[in-house]
Amino acid sequence: MSIEFPTALILILGALAVPFLRGRVRALWMLALPVLAFAHLVVMPTGEYVQPGFLGQTLVLMRVDRLSLAFGYIFTIATLLNVIYSLHEDDPYQQVAALAYAGSALGAVFAGDLITLFIYWELTAVTSVVLIWARRTERARRAAMRYLLVQLASGMLLLAGAVVHFQASGSIRFDLLGVGAPGSWLILLAFGIKCAFPLLHNWLQDAYPEATVTGTVWLSAFTTKLAVYALARGYAGTEMLIWIGAVMTAFPIFYAVIENDLRRVLAYSLNNQLGFMVVGVGIGTELAINGTVAHAFSHILYKALLFMSMGAVLLRAGTVNGSQLGGLYKSMPWTTGFCIVGAASISAFPLFSGFISKALILGAAADGGYTITWLVLLFASAGVFHHSGIKIPYFAFFAHDSKIRCAEAPRNMLIAMGLTAVLCVGIGVYPDALYRLLPHAVTFVPYTSAHVLTQLQLLLFSALAFSVLMRTGLYPPELRAVNLDCDWFYRKLAPALVGVATTLIGAFRQIASEVMGRLGAPLARVIRETHGDGGPLSKTLSTGTMALWISMLLAAYLVMYYV
Amino acid sequence: MNEGKTYWLDRKENVTIVYRAVWAVCGLLLLVDPLVHKHEAFGFAEWFGFFGFFGFFACVGLVLTAKALRRVLKRPENYYEH
Repeated sequence: MSIEFPTALILILGALAVPFLRGRVRALWMLALPVLAFAHLVVMPTGEYVQPGFLGQTLVLMRVDRLSLAFGYIFTIATLLNVIYSLHEDDPYQQVAALAYAGSALGAVFAGDLITLFIYWELTAVTSVVLIWARRTERARRAAMRYLLVQLASGMLLLAGAVVHFQASGSIRFDLLGVGAPGSWLILLAFGIKCAFPLLHNWLQDAYPEATVTGTVWLSAFTTKLAVYALARGYAGTEMLIWIGAVMTAFPIFYAVIENDLRRVLAYSLNNQLGFMVVGVGIGTELAINGTVAHAFSHILYKALLFMSMGAVLLRAGTVNGSQLGGLYKSMPWTTGFCIVGAASISAFPLFSGFISKALILGAAADGGYTITWLVLLFASAGVFHHSGIKIPYFAFFAHDSKIRCAEAPRNMLIAMGLTAVLCVGIGVYPDALYRLLPHAVTFVPYTSAHVLTQLQLLLFSALAFSVLMRTGLYPPELRAVNLDCDWFYRKLAPALVGVATTLIGAFRQIASEVMGRLGAPLARVIRETHGDGGPLSKTLSTGTMALWISMLLAAYLVMYYV
Repeated sequence: MNEGKTYWLDRKENVTIVYRAVWAVCGLLLLVDPLVHKHEAFGFAEWFGFFGFFGFFACVGLVLTAKALRRVLKRPENYYEH
């Protein structure tokens, strides 16, 4: 059998068999799929494969190069970890959707043309929404519909951009576009929605925390990182992205500080981490692109680990509201430990994955002389430690004792968290393993005494700030509340406007019908008299009279003209 | 599970020990600062303890700003439900 087939099919077709299998066989099957997909990527030589014709164009279903491979590897690793994490569930509905979702993301990463990209782009939307629906509550159902609308809108923009691009250039290939290419703005907007650019971001914080325990972990890995990949492929070196990314790193952390739902806190910090990657794409140098890919790689792992630990808390304690939790380290010591590893990784502590990947992006910003951007990234680095590194473990597992006593997470969840934690530490301790997968050769040395010291200073003094604010009571308490964000515009303002419009139209109809009721009869009489049989306005005039009037008008016009 | 057990962190004085330890580690990190040769791209980043002070004030600013933002942004938990 030829190995030249799309890797995505292993997961997508494999997913279709899941409902027909039972128990241990199904578990083994689901575990085998990502392992097979990973092995397939390992043996695929670089190049372009599977190129069917389509309306006179050539599609490229399998473009294997260092950029797509790096994302392919981490997507299959994440799939395996997520499968292990969700093994305790017997919900084929979610299992099929999750595997097909991972497969679609994989397909999109290896797409060499805009049409294939579009098809997989939409597939990720329709498969992933099931993971929110599967919560089976009214609240989740509504969030899922909002999520789906936004995702499909992104797909439509991508298709429109692809069509414009094709008409102008005659090509559907997906290579470096930049903002100058035809249709490029539409495509950038499509990518920007999926990447949760500022003001386009709120679908993420709205939907992810409403998904199932396992669904959120799946969602956190693929959609937004696919968008990061697409940006790195199509818009590397687009300077505007530096500013967009810098804003992205900074503003979500303010929300993260005051948000009560800890999975929503993680969604805000996910948004903030995407900002670092977008800055890397914007700078666009080899070091910066390496940074983006490396950070996406380690981010998928530590973010999954954090979402896994909060998922375990949701499963066992029944809530992830910071205001209701605390003291869970007594019941869930292992989950606490794994969460702290994830927290240390996202905070970029030395010896953890974030340290060796984020440094590439900050280094690239410094090399390029982007002083303000660098300072914003430094601020965001301190902030991310504050809300993800400290707030998440502190309010869930420590703080005041909530007296919640529950069981430790199921064994499969602990295994998944353990493996993810090992990878987070492994990458941090042995960065070359990751650096070797990056698109460009790496000369960067993360472990210098200066880098370790400055990073420890940044983090420990942030911890000091947290401690001081806590001891002095200045730290804002966790409150049961929602905070207004961009979704207000479509969840409150738009329905309110529709409401106002409905009221106005109703009132107008009422007035109109009353007026017509009163005036109707007399008005009809007047109309009958003037326009009815024999009325002055319904008389027929002879052609001669008309001709006479016209010649008189003409004569008057001529006279006026000469005067 | 472990109903009656008292954990180390349950005792207030131990939390104070942790708190003081954070201060101590920060002090230590400042002490070794002059011993490490820095090679930052920006001159100001090589000032004594720059990263430490930046981190401290960034976080205090972040939290206090976010706290103030709550006055504008906070709504009841069921705000979107009706």
